[in-house]
Order: sequence, then structure tokens, then C-alpha cells
Amino acid sequence: MPAPTQLLPLIRNCEIGRIYNTVCCCHHKHLCCLSPHLVHNHLRCAPQKKLATLCPKENFHQFIHARSYVSTPQRFYLTPPQVNSILKANEYSFKVPEFDGKNVSSILGFDSNQLPANAPIEDRRSAATCLQTRGMLLGVFDGHAGCACSQAVSERLFYYIAVSLLPHETLLEIENAVESGRALLPILQWHKHPNDYFSKEASKLYFNSLRTYWQELIDLNTGETTDVKEALINAFKRLDNDISLEAQVGDPNSFLNYLVLRVAFSGATACVAHVDGVDLHIANTGDSRAMLGVQEEDGSWSAVTLSYDHNAQNESEIERVKLEHPKSEEKSVVKQDRLLGLLMPFRAFGDVKFKWSIELQKRVIESGPDQLNDNEYTKFIPPNYHTPPYLTAEPEVIHHKLRPQDKFLVLATDGLWETMHRQDVVRIVGEYLTGVHHQQPIAVGGYKVTLGQMHGLLTERRARISSVFEDQNAATHLIRHAVGNNEFGAVDHERLSKMLSLPEELARMYRDDITIIVVQFNSHIVGAY
Amino acid sequence: MADYSNKLYQQLEQETGIKTGYVKTGSISLAQTQDRLISLKRIASRLSVMGIPCEIMAPKQVAQLHPLINIHDLVGAMYVPEDAVVSSVDVSLALANAASRNGVQIHERTSISHVMIQKGCVTGVETDRGQIECQYFVNCAGQWAYELGLSNEEPVSIPLHGCEHFYLLTRPLKKPLESNTPTIVDPDGRIYIRSWQGGILSGGFEKNPKPIFTEGRNQLEIQNLHEDWDHFEPLLSSLLRRMPGLEALEIMQLVNCPESFTPDMRCILGESPTVQGYFVLAGMNSAGTSFGGGAGRYLAEWMVNGCPSENVWPLDLKRFGALQSSRTFLRHRVMEVMPLIYDLKVPRWDFQTGRQLRTSPLYDRLDAQGARWMEKHGFERPKYFVPPGKDLLSLDQSKTFYKPDWFDIVGSEVKCCKEAVCVIDMSSFTKFEISSTGDQALEVLQYLFSNDLDVPVGHIVHTGMLNEGGGYENDCSIARLNKRSFFMISPTDQQVHCWAWLKKHMPNDSNLLLEDVTWKYTALNLIGPRAVDVLSELSYVPMTPEHFPSLFCKEMSVGYANGIRVMSMTHTGEPGFMLYIPIEYALHVYNELMSVGQKYGIRNAGYYALRSLRIEKFFAFWGQDLDTFTTPLECGREFRVKLDKGTDFIGRDALMQQKQDGVCKRFTMFILEDHDTDLDLWPWWGEPIYRNGHYVGKTTSSAYSYTLERHVCLGFVQNLDKETREALVVTPDFINRGEYEIDIAGQRFQAKAKLYPFSSLFTQRRRKDEMELSGYHGK
Repeated sequence: MPAPTQLLPLIRNCEIGRIYNTVCCCHHKHLCCLSPHLVHNHLRCAPQKKLATLCPKENFHQFIHARSYVSTPQRFYLTPPQVNSILKANEYSFKVPEFDGKNVSSILGFDSNQLPANAPIEDRRSAATCLQTRGMLLGVFDGHAGCACSQAVSERLFYYIAVSLLPHETLLEIENAVESGRALLPILQWHKHPNDYFSKEASKLYFNSLRTYWQELIDLNTGETTDVKEALINAFKRLDNDISLEAQVGDPNSFLNYLVLRVAFSGATACVAHVDGVDLHIANTGDSRAMLGVQEEDGSWSAVTLSYDHNAQNESEIERVKLEHPKSEEKSVVKQDRLLGLLMPFRAFGDVKFKWSIELQKRVIESGPDQLNDNEYTKFIPPNYHTPPYLTAEPEVIHHKLRPQDKFLVLATDGLWETMHRQDVVRIVGEYLTGVHHQQPIAVGGYKVTLGQMHGLLTERRARISSVFEDQNAATHLIRHAVGNNEFGAVDHERLSKMLSLPEELARMYRDDITIIVVQFNSHIVGAY
Repeated sequence: MADYSNKLYQQLEQETGIKTGYVKTGSISLAQTQDRLISLKRIASRLSVMGIPCEIMAPKQVAQLHPLINIHDLVGAMYVPEDAVVSSVDVSLALANAASRNGVQIHERTSISHVMIQKGCVTGVETDRGQIECQYFVNCAGQWAYELGLSNEEPVSIPLHGCEHFYLLTRPLKKPLESNTPTIVDPDGRIYIRSWQGGILSGGFEKNPKPIFTEGRNQLEIQNLHEDWDHFEPLLSSLLRRMPGLEALEIMQLVNCPESFTPDMRCILGESPTVQGYFVLAGMNSAGTSFGGGAGRYLAEWMVNGCPSENVWPLDLKRFGALQSSRTFLRHRVMEVMPLIYDLKVPRWDFQTGRQLRTSPLYDRLDAQGARWMEKHGFERPKYFVPPGKDLLSLDQSKTFYKPDWFDIVGSEVKCCKEAVCVIDMSSFTKFEISSTGDQALEVLQYLFSNDLDVPVGHIVHTGMLNEGGGYENDCSIARLNKRSFFMISPTDQQVHCWAWLKKHMPNDSNLLLEDVTWKYTALNLIGPRAVDVLSELSYVPMTPEHFPSLFCKEMSVGYANGIRVMSMTHTGEPGFMLYIPIEYALHVYNELMSVGQKYGIRNAGYYALRSLRIEKFFAFWGQDLDTFTTPLECGREFRVKLDKGTDFIGRDALMQQKQDGVCKRFTMFILEDHDTDLDLWPWWGEPIYRNGHYVGKTTSSAYSYTLERHVCLGFVQNLDKETREALVVTPDFINRGEYEIDIAGQRFQAKAKLYPFSSLFTQRRRKDEMELSGYHGK
């Protein structure tokens, strides 16, 4: 991408913020004019964006804020402590509290972390303990075309799931409490990093939508005990539906009105784990992934995938999409491995451009605020758009009964899976958590090895061990490997430093946002079931 | 020792016609730091007086000698051109061959189950192929020696432990390395490098050794263990740093060959203290080939002549006791010893592992008062006491060849000893009691010791325990407790050796009782002019010299405790008393001394103060200054020898002869004249002494005298004939008429020689000791 690189020195030399801002503006406008196809070609070498079109950041205020700290010199060599402070900025660990010296939960705790590539980051993560039912919820959300949708999903989805799981009596109790203005039973206990925020402005709106949902659930009372799988699917679909409805209805408050539209027009994938005792449910929508770390009897690690990617690499998913549309669209519905030649994930929240009819889209945009009207992306209708909806938020749910050998679960957005093989992910986490390195001793045995080669190999092996001790968080450790691994699978500090000091304009070309949650299971409890 | 090995291997090829792979390559020891260079210079100045050519050179010269070496981080090097390499397998073969020709039978593939012993003597060995009768047995079993030693009915403790040792073999270089390329030793990089079949052989002594076979399940055959590249990585790094050009060199093999190490980095040689005829030569600390030849010669001399031709006490098996035989102790200690081989060896270095094994009951009390400890024969002894609020450097930083950080602390302890009173815990000394029903004890002691022990009860006699050659086997103080029993005090490390010597020479008489009472008594040295006041206040007995003359021993009460043996001697020449306290009273007596002593300014002191005091008084110490080849006549102790005491004693004939012929070496005290204590390198021991520019001997110990404000070195002066190198008689005149210099790491300092201590230092009333001394010389 020639434009930003040429602009860089200019930006760096700009001392007056105003000039700098205009420069930035210009450069993005410039990019917007490029045809999607052209941009796509330019991006070939880099990890591809979820959307083939490059869209300017709709929240301009936030955009400027994010940019402002980039005016420091961008090319410099980071020292190991600097690298660590970047890697650890978003790390979070939660240990399940022990009662009477014993942890009775099947989860020991979890480590999570995220590393931005977009500015601002479009990934989100959530973790919460269900207080009215048993179990814990953990999820990673990968936004595209902005972070509005992923932010909304990360705030709201767990409430929808929790409510779906609640028994009739509890729902009634909650509804009565709201009705009579009494204190509400707490539904979720969140485990949040200080950087994970909830939007205050929309909370009332969100709450009303949720309340409508549980009122419907009360009315629908089937008398049956709630099936987790069904609850998850219902919650996903309901939330996506609410996002869509809120955008159609609008809000008298112009800020909220703009917000709900941004949520609906941006998109997000979700990969959520619900753990209750030995019952592990993974609900996945999109191309994030859940991976189970299994320790074999000989101590080695193997990976069990607990989710299906919803993208063009999944044959059955292509099949599904094609079947949902007339034969005439068979060629256009999946093009260049993208939905309608545009979208990489085949399932997602939001993204109403792939769900609403053309008329509905036009109507909403025209009646919407000016910002929306000015936005090239939202006005743009996907080509060959004949039989919407093309996209759904319905998750695929996999149920797994935990076994003592299932030691941990990795939930991560595609930023991780693009850079590392699942087997490596599981091995690195497994070795980190057990502190044991199943490094095969090296033997020369007849091979031609020079002293220099051997030395290089040994230094790497040592670095691999020492990098373990730097991290207190399994997710951070994994990110360090994902970003810093060289061809030998060892963390190379120089590479790590280069990758982390990339200017924000370039970072997205080398990697995607990475969000990771590593859940550690309690083998003793799991074994006792 | 290595010198003899070198000569032996050189000849071996001619003698036997078997190739030993002997190549005179020379060796270069590299210094990356100034301290290392000092250490090399010290070695160089010692080597050159032994007639071994060596040279300290600049890094640039190193580059000329070796084509591959990176010299950028070097500050200097030592080149020994005569050093050689051999193939150890071929040498063994050649030696075996030569031995066979002289009638030696070699049984291969025969394993020993145990050594047969009768009445404390070796009678034969039991093997898997039958018994073999023998008079002498030599345990040379290397890493198996420990187990073999324990397999007898009467176990022989041989403290050694195996460690994995790695070395690397490579394929030849593109341009094969000449076979006579010098061997490189890079101790700061912990590696050695020599040429090997056109490639290189490189190994080292890593910081984190891997001890093996602690449980004793030793391998049955000599075979190499698994390679461990990760473990070798630091050594490989330093090899590539030293010779970056080797990057492209192809690896042939990483050899893991276990080596055995001893608790003090010196090999084990000599006869077992418990079994006659049972000899040991083992624990070569990875220097088997270079020391093997010399060690073998000493052992052969020992077996044939009864003693080796040089002082081998530092290598003697008897320097160890059963206390060094714990596997845990050995495992921990060898992990310290192995890296130490390439560590910088600085003066006053103490082992850090295997400590706090033997302690006095006052250990905790002294430790709380800031004591810093050293270890001798497993016993913790205070070095000095760090005053509250004062901090010393950490262990690593305190390593120095210059003025140490404790200089002022010890200075104030010495001052207190001189002006007030100090307490030094000296419980580590070996203590024996010899008693009998009749006169047997006196008789045997008169035969074993050179001084006259038929003294009135209560007298203390300083005397040597001599060998046939008149040399000191032990130097001790003996108190006559009563007519028939004696109390004997010897240096700490004499516990095994002295016991064995006494047992060997004492008649097998049930009426004669020898008992080791070391553990029964805590010894406190109350030293200083006010010691008299402290003690008389605690015992209500007049302690003035009139009532308690020097070198007397009395049992009396101190505080509430009764039966304390109080001796008027201090091992330093200072006034004061040694208190031998049954251990249960130790804390009480110590507390009483400290509380009563408060008004006299009492304080704790350590061995460094003691050492400074004794050296400035010209007191020789066995094990440091005196050895089995030093006679009393050579160290100015004629007054402690009673040639005409009426009975014969061991060594008498030799001394008579020497008295007639005159001595060929003379213990002399040197005061360094132009030495700046703050800036110059400190003397240690082993520094060459030059008289009128000619080498005449080496120092044996040294200390800073706070009284003289000068360094004092003690050492032996010889008179070597310029042509024949024959040792001529040394007369006092020869000593006095000479200009002396002491060589400290290549730098020579002027020194004033003295045969007698400064009388001005003895401000106190002259005691019996010196009265005799002055009387003898008519001074």
C-alpha cells in the first residue's frame, strides 16, 4: 500500500495537530475512492480484512483520539521491558475463588489478553459467572467494519444467554422486581479488564430489549427444563434480531440513534463457551475458534477443535449458503472465498447490509442521520443482492463432556489461528501451564551439523524456555509466540519488537487483532463427576 | 607433578615403542579480566622458578601463535611452550606394556568383590576369578573408588563423587589444524580447546555441573553417557566466541564422560589410616592424564620407601575423615568444586557448600554477633566479626588480590587483642587424651615426641611429632594433666592423620588408652593483656604470672562451671589463656566472660586476627609452614628438641646428623619494605623469594602485621649452588647477609629477612618460651 508509507514521514514531521488531522482525513478519503477490487489486490499479501472494502472509521472523534498518540516516532527498537509492557497492557487473569480451601468448580480460572492491530481494536472479549444458574460464560467477539457491533454483542449476549437459561420462576421473580421497582436479582458476575467498558448511554435501551425478551419467555412458558444448546441458539438469534429491530425503529436521542445504526451496519462474530460442571457447550458464529487442549497419557498435547469455522474454508457452510438461495445465484453468492465477494465470515451479528432488503436499507439510511448518509460504505449495496437475508447470527453449538485429560480450552479470534497452527497453540499453552517442556534432547547422530547451526538451535531452545518465565498469563504467552515466532517456532525478540513497533497504519497489514481466552479446567473435579 | 608426567610421557614412546600421541604443542591460558591476568602472572612466577619456561604475553602475540583465536576481549595470556598433549588411551597402553615387560601381571575383565583384611593389614583381594594374595593393594578405581573402598569389612572412606563431563569432537577443518597448534585454556569462558585430528576437541567445566551416581548405582563398564546439547550450550557459545571461525565446522560427537571430583579439588593419594597396605590414588578432578604420572611416582615411592620424596600432605587421603563421606555432602560439594576448576582462585577463599556440619555450641551466638565463617575439616570457625551497621561486599565482589574489604575490621580486632582482651572460639582444634595405668603413656610419648615430656604435672610442652627424617608429622602442645595422663592439642586437620600415626606407633597395650576428645571440649582463646583480670574475677584465683606462669595448665572453676582446663598460652605469643570447657558449660562460660569482660573492653575476634598476630610473631603453623620435610632445626625450634632427654625418639638420629651438618633450608621471616598495602597486590603464599637476585625459596604464609604496619611473609630460604643446583648449608650469616625480594605476580618487592621475631613486640614479661629461646642463642 504505497499511500500510507509515503505519508508517514509527513505525518511524523507534522507538529501542528490540525495539519496532521487534515492529512489523515485526506488520505482516508483517497482510499475510499478506490474501487473495492483494486484495494483487494493491494491487500493480497497482508491478512485480509473481514470486508473487502476499506471503510473510514465512522466514529471520527474516536478515530482522532486513537491517532493522536501515533505522532511519536514510529520506527524504533523496543527493549524487552517495552515489549512486555505492550504485550501485558490488556492481560487479565481470573482464578475461581476457593471455598474452604477447595475449588469445587470444574474451572480453575482463565487468562485472557488481546493485542490490537486495528485502531481502535475491533475485537472484544467477555467473561462472566451465571449467578442464577450454574456455569460460567466466556466469549471472544471479532468485529468488522468498526467495533460498534462487537462492543454491543460483548455487552449484551451473555444477558440473553443467562435469561434463556433461567427457569420460569426466576424470570417471574425478576419481572416482578422490575415491575415493583425492587432491587433486581443479579444475573451475571462479570470478570472484566479495566479496559473492557460498557456503554452507559445505551444501557437503558439494551435493558428494555432484554426485558421484552424475558417477558416473551414468561409468556411462552413451556414448562420444560431449559436445554443449554437451545438456549444458546435462541439467545444468539434473539440478540441479532433486537440489533436489527433497534436500528429499524431508531431512537429519539440522536446519539443513540446513530449508535444503534452503527451497531447494525457493522458486524461481529462470536465464539462463546458455557461451562457447567463437565458440560461444555461451545456456540460459534463466524470464524473465531474454540480449541480443547488434551493431554495424552504420555504427556504430549493434542488439539480437539470444538467449533466449525463459518467461512469459505468450510465446505458444508458453502453448501448451506448456496442452498438457501436460488440456483441462479450459485456463482455469485460465494465469490473469491467471500460472501457475495465481500464478507469473509458466513455468519455474523449485525451486518444488516447482508440481511435487510434493499428497500429497507435505503429507507433507513435516508431517514438516518447525515453521518450515515455521507458514508460510502453504508450506502453501498452488495452486488448480486437478490434474495436477502444472506447472513445469519445463528450459532452452531457443540456439546462436549469434559474428561480428566481435557486440561484447558482456548477461545481465540481468527487473528491467532491465522498465524499459528492449532497443534502449536495447544502445545505452547500446555507446556506453559504444566511448566514442563517436552523438548526432545538433541542428538547429532550421523547428521551433518555445524557448530554454528547447533549453536543457533540451542540458543532458540533456551529462549523458548526463558520466554515462559516472562509471562504470568497463558494468553500473553500465546500472543508472544503468535507475533514473535520465527521459522523455528521460537520467540525471536527482534521480530517481536518489529511487529509491535509497526505504525498503526501498517500493523493491520501484518496481523489482525488477536483476542485469546485460555480456560483451565480442574481435572480433580472433572474426574470426580 | 605435571612436570614429571610430562617428562615421563615424553620418554615413554622411546622406552616402549608404543605411540602415545605425544605432541609438544604448548598451551596458552587466556585472561579476559585483569584479575585473571594477575592469577596467571602468579602461576607464571612460580613456574619459572621451577625451571619451566613460560611467558606472559599480550593478546596480539596470542593471535600469532594460534590462527583461529579471537583476541578482542582479552587482556593478556600465559604461554607455556613445553606443554604437551597425549592420547590417554595410548599412554595407558604404553605404561601397561612397559609394566608387563618388567614382570607385572595384568588381569583384564576381572572384577573385585572386596579386599581381604586381617588384623588391619591387607592380605589379598577376592575377585570373580578367585583370590589373589597380596601385601599391598592400590585402589585406583576412579569413580568406582568410593564404592570399592566401602566394600571391605573395614571400610576405607574415599570421598569422591562423579560428575558428567562433556567435550566436543569435530570433523577436520577445511584447512586441517596443525597437530602442534597450542592448546587453549580460556578459564573465563570455562573451556579448553585443543587440536584433534585436524579438527578440534573442546570441553569445559560448566557452572551447573550434573553430578551422577549419587545413589551409588554406578555403571558397570566404562561407557559414555548420553549427550546433552542443551547443557553444553553455554560452553559452545563461549567456544564460538573464542573462535568465531569455527561456525561452519561440522560436529562429530559430543562425548559425555564422567569424571570424579574430590571435596577440595585435589586428588586423593596415600595409605588408608585404618588398613595397612591399602593405598589409594583416585579423584583426579579431570586432570588424570596430566597429574597421573607424577602421582603414580609419589605413590610408588610411598609404597617402597614408606614415604614419598616430597610433601604430599595436601593430597593425602588422611586429610579427610569419615565426615566427608556423606553422599549428600559429596554431591553438593562436587557441584561447587567442578566449576571452581576454572573459577578465579583468590586468597582466603572458602567453600560455600557442605557447611555448618561441625559447629561449636556457641555458633548461633557468634553468628548473631556478625561472625563470618570459614571451614576447616568440616568445622566452622569465625574469620572476623562484622560490626553492626557495617556491610561487606557480596561474595562474588569480595574476590580480590588486593586489600580486602575486612581490612579495618580485623585491624580493630587485632588492636583489641593487643590492648584489651578478645575471645576467639577455637573449638575446632584436635584434642586427644593419652593415659595409662603406669608409665606407659609417658614412655610412648617420649618416644614419639622430640621435646622432653617428663615435666612436672601442670606444665605444657610445645613439641613436634617427628618422622624418621626428623620432619614434622604434627606440631602440637601437650599438657601433663597428671602423672599418667596427657592432653594433646593439634591442628584441626590432624584428626585423622595424628590418630593414625599414634595408633601405628603405639604398642598394642590394653593399659594404654588413647581417646579423641575433640567433641568434648569447647576451646575459647582469651587473648590480650586484660585476660588476666577477666579470668581472676571469674575464678577468685590470682592469675598473675607469678601465680600462673606461662605454659601452665590448671583445672579450675570459671563462673559457676567447675573443671575448666585453663592453659596459659594463646597460640599467638600474646598474653592470655586457652580455656578448654566441657561443652555443656560452653555457653555459660562464654556469657560470663563477655559480661565480666565488658568493663575491660572485651570483644569477639576471629581467625584472621589470630593469624595476623601469629605471623608477626613468627609462629609457624603445621600444614601451612611446616610439613613432613621440615625439621625443628630448620625453623628455629631447636629449643623444642631435647636430643639428650635420656630416651630415644623418632627422628633423633636425623636431627643429630643435621645438627652436625647444618641445615639446608631455614625458616625466615620477611618484612616487605616498599609494598603499598592499599595499592599493591597482596602476598598470599607460594611467592618466590629472591636473594641477591637469585631464587632461594618460596613463602609459605603471609599476613599484614597491624603492629608493624607492614606485610610479613614467612618462608624457607635455601642456598642453591649456582651450577649444580645442589642445596648447600644455610647459616644465619647467609640469611643475614643478603638483599631479599619477594615476587608477587611478577612484581618484586624488597624485603628484610629476620630469623627471630621482633623482641620489641613482646612488651609483656618474657615467658618461659622466649627465655629458652634467648638463652639458647646467647642473646
